[in-house]
Amino acid sequence: MFHAFLIKYGEIGIKGKNRYLFEDALVKQIRHALKKVEGEFNVRKEQGRIFVESEGLFDFEEVVEALQRVFGIVGICPVLKVNDEGFDQLSQEVIDYMARVYPDGEHTFKVNARRARKNYPKNSMELNADLGERILEAFPNMSVDVHHPEITLNVEIREKIYIYSKIIPGPGGMPVGTNGKAMLLLSGGIDSPVAGYMIAKRGVKIDAVYFHAPPYTSERAKQKVVDLARLVSKYSGPIVLHVVNFTDIQLYIYDKCPHDELTIIMRRYMMRIAEHIAKETGCLGLITGESIGQVASQTMQSLVATNEVCTLPVFRPVIGFDKQEIVDVSLKIDTYETSIQPYEDCCTIFVAKHPVTKPNIKVIKRSEEKLQEEIDEMVKKAIDTAETLWVE
Amino acid sequence: MQAYLDNSATTRCSEGVRDIVVKVMMEDFGNPSSRHDKGMEAEKYLREARMDIAATLKADEKEIYFTSGGTESDNWALIGTAMANKRAGKHIITTAIEHAAVIQPMIYLQEQGFEVSYIPVDRYGRIDLQKFSDAIREDTILVSTMYVNNEIGTLEPIEEIGKIIKEKNPKALWHVDAIQAYGKYRIYPKKLGIDMLSVSGHKLHGPKGVGFLYVRNGVKIHPLILGGGQQKGMRSGTDNVPGIAGLGCAAKEAYTDFDKKVTHLCELKQFFMEEVQKIPDTVLNSLPGDQGAPHIVSVSFAGVRSEVLLHALEERGIQVSSGSACSSNKKLPVSPVLKEIGLKKDLLDSTVRFSFCENTTKEELEYCLQQLKELLMVLRRYSRH
Repeated sequence: MFHAFLIKYGEIGIKGKNRYLFEDALVKQIRHALKKVEGEFNVRKEQGRIFVESEGLFDFEEVVEALQRVFGIVGICPVLKVNDEGFDQLSQEVIDYMARVYPDGEHTFKVNARRARKNYPKNSMELNADLGERILEAFPNMSVDVHHPEITLNVEIREKIYIYSKIIPGPGGMPVGTNGKAMLLLSGGIDSPVAGYMIAKRGVKIDAVYFHAPPYTSERAKQKVVDLARLVSKYSGPIVLHVVNFTDIQLYIYDKCPHDELTIIMRRYMMRIAEHIAKETGCLGLITGESIGQVASQTMQSLVATNEVCTLPVFRPVIGFDKQEIVDVSLKIDTYETSIQPYEDCCTIFVAKHPVTKPNIKVIKRSEEKLQEEIDEMVKKAIDTAETLWVE
Repeated sequence: MQAYLDNSATTRCSEGVRDIVVKVMMEDFGNPSSRHDKGMEAEKYLREARMDIAATLKADEKEIYFTSGGTESDNWALIGTAMANKRAGKHIITTAIEHAAVIQPMIYLQEQGFEVSYIPVDRYGRIDLQKFSDAIREDTILVSTMYVNNEIGTLEPIEEIGKIIKEKNPKALWHVDAIQAYGKYRIYPKKLGIDMLSVSGHKLHGPKGVGFLYVRNGVKIHPLILGGGQQKGMRSGTDNVPGIAGLGCAAKEAYTDFDKKVTHLCELKQFFMEEVQKIPDTVLNSLPGDQGAPHIVSVSFAGVRSEVLLHALEERGIQVSSGSACSSNKKLPVSPVLKEIGLKKDLLDSTVRFSFCENTTKEELEYCLQQLKELLMVLRRYSRH
């Protein structure tokens, strides 16, 4: 029955003169999201609205699901489009619509007509009243409530006539691409994909970096990270994934530094490398899935120690989340099942039984001095040999 | 250099198998259930495969039923006979080191009200014959044992098991999981008193997704897969003709030049075991000589995680299997077999299985040993504390 969707968007409506930029970004993201959906879709801006229309056949659920992943969309209204064949015919269409969408026939409603085509014989007020009357006649158990109606039936007179009343909630947020780009440190766990999703939701384009440590981590662990990036890209759009071989650095740290500081020093190097690639590729910040106190390397002191090596801002959107709260989001965005596949990531392979939980930056720096001889060369090599994957 | 040493996981298809599979798929692609000439042609392949396989077992061709592989054969043998014979009793015996394709149906049968006894094994995985004998009762309807253990290559005392069953309860049916043994041993079920025998195609250079179950004439067994009544109604579903033709070819090939191949495997195994033992802090879990299968060597390397070693070997073109996969922070199931043989806890996660086939060369093993020595030096230096 529906051939079109009216897209409602919230925050981007208020962005003043930049509004068109946001709308264009949203249109682009919608088009991208619909690329993988079967059918031909026409996405257009019209008088401060975005319409998604299709002349052919499509799967309603599939379209809604795709649109529900486009940040910036607040609501998706399935629209019935009819030809203008006189008021009586319109009344009949409206009654049919009500009968199909609300088969129980017991609701309060109001008609909200809009005459965009000014040569239509009835004005908006007349349309509201006359259509309301026809509905009341057809459904004796319906009643009008202009202040708090359960149903607001929108009727827009354009070249064709658009009828809609239902709003399917969208994900909210801002269209990806309207807020620059950031580099996600993607580990393969539960938290980092959620962090990436949350920042993407604010309109930020995402690239990602993964630290691979063969043979200590397997090809399957890497595949898992690629799979996770693909799941996040359903929301964020295509992701450029940088796979950095971290083995040599890790072993070098192991050789030279106290073992209880391994994790923290390793993470400092990960941040340095991630930031380097981020700056080279035009990212404006780093994103991690850290949450205060979750593990030894995420205590306040540890966060300070890892943060200290970066000049770019580090965004940690799940910083105040409990594990369960993060899990809930990962279930919602469908990354959980993949995240819990039991392949070891490079953070855990040499983890000490009792790692420092309150690292002292001075001490850590002193330990890092022991790396002086070769570390710069190793970092450079890791960056130069990083593999770049396009994931979507 | 490359060395594929994971032949107990699966083998490469032989060229003969490939040719016949392609021929059936492209030319003689009929459905044996069809009445026309294409159907007849296809049926010929089934008959031939059945004859070739029966010949290797000195069995009657009517006793061979094709399945989708080892797992289905095991499932069917156990569940099919347990259900068909439950009036005679509800007691079943198996060993503690069976493959999951036996253990899981056993658990299912327990849920269905059967009682299952799991007989323990010694340090090398050999069934405790005394305990086995003691476990056989009047109401024991079924015994399932493996011929060769898939993880450590133990050869079970098949003849003795057969004798004990015959002596204590001749009515009990005996199923043998021969998935790792068929093609490596001459197995004659009638002589040994075996009632059912499971075999998988891809362990002997045949295709994946096909295997067979030998069922002695007269064994009461229910079908598990119902449908169009193929294979005398015992295993419905359109016959997997290319797979079955490939399996028949693989079976025939496996028993051609048989002694030569087995001698070669035994030499490889002896060489490998002797050499690998020279690496310090190494524990062999497989038995030497004819006490164990000629193609499986399980080794524990103290102080190295098997998965890490596996990936390090893979980087050098060598494929092996980790006896068990578990990591310190994620609780993955440790291999029940390694646990059952009483392997020390810190070796459970350090065990690697090398498995050969007749095409494996001594040079490949030398290469593998050389890489092992180099890698272990490095890997043992970096470990978790």
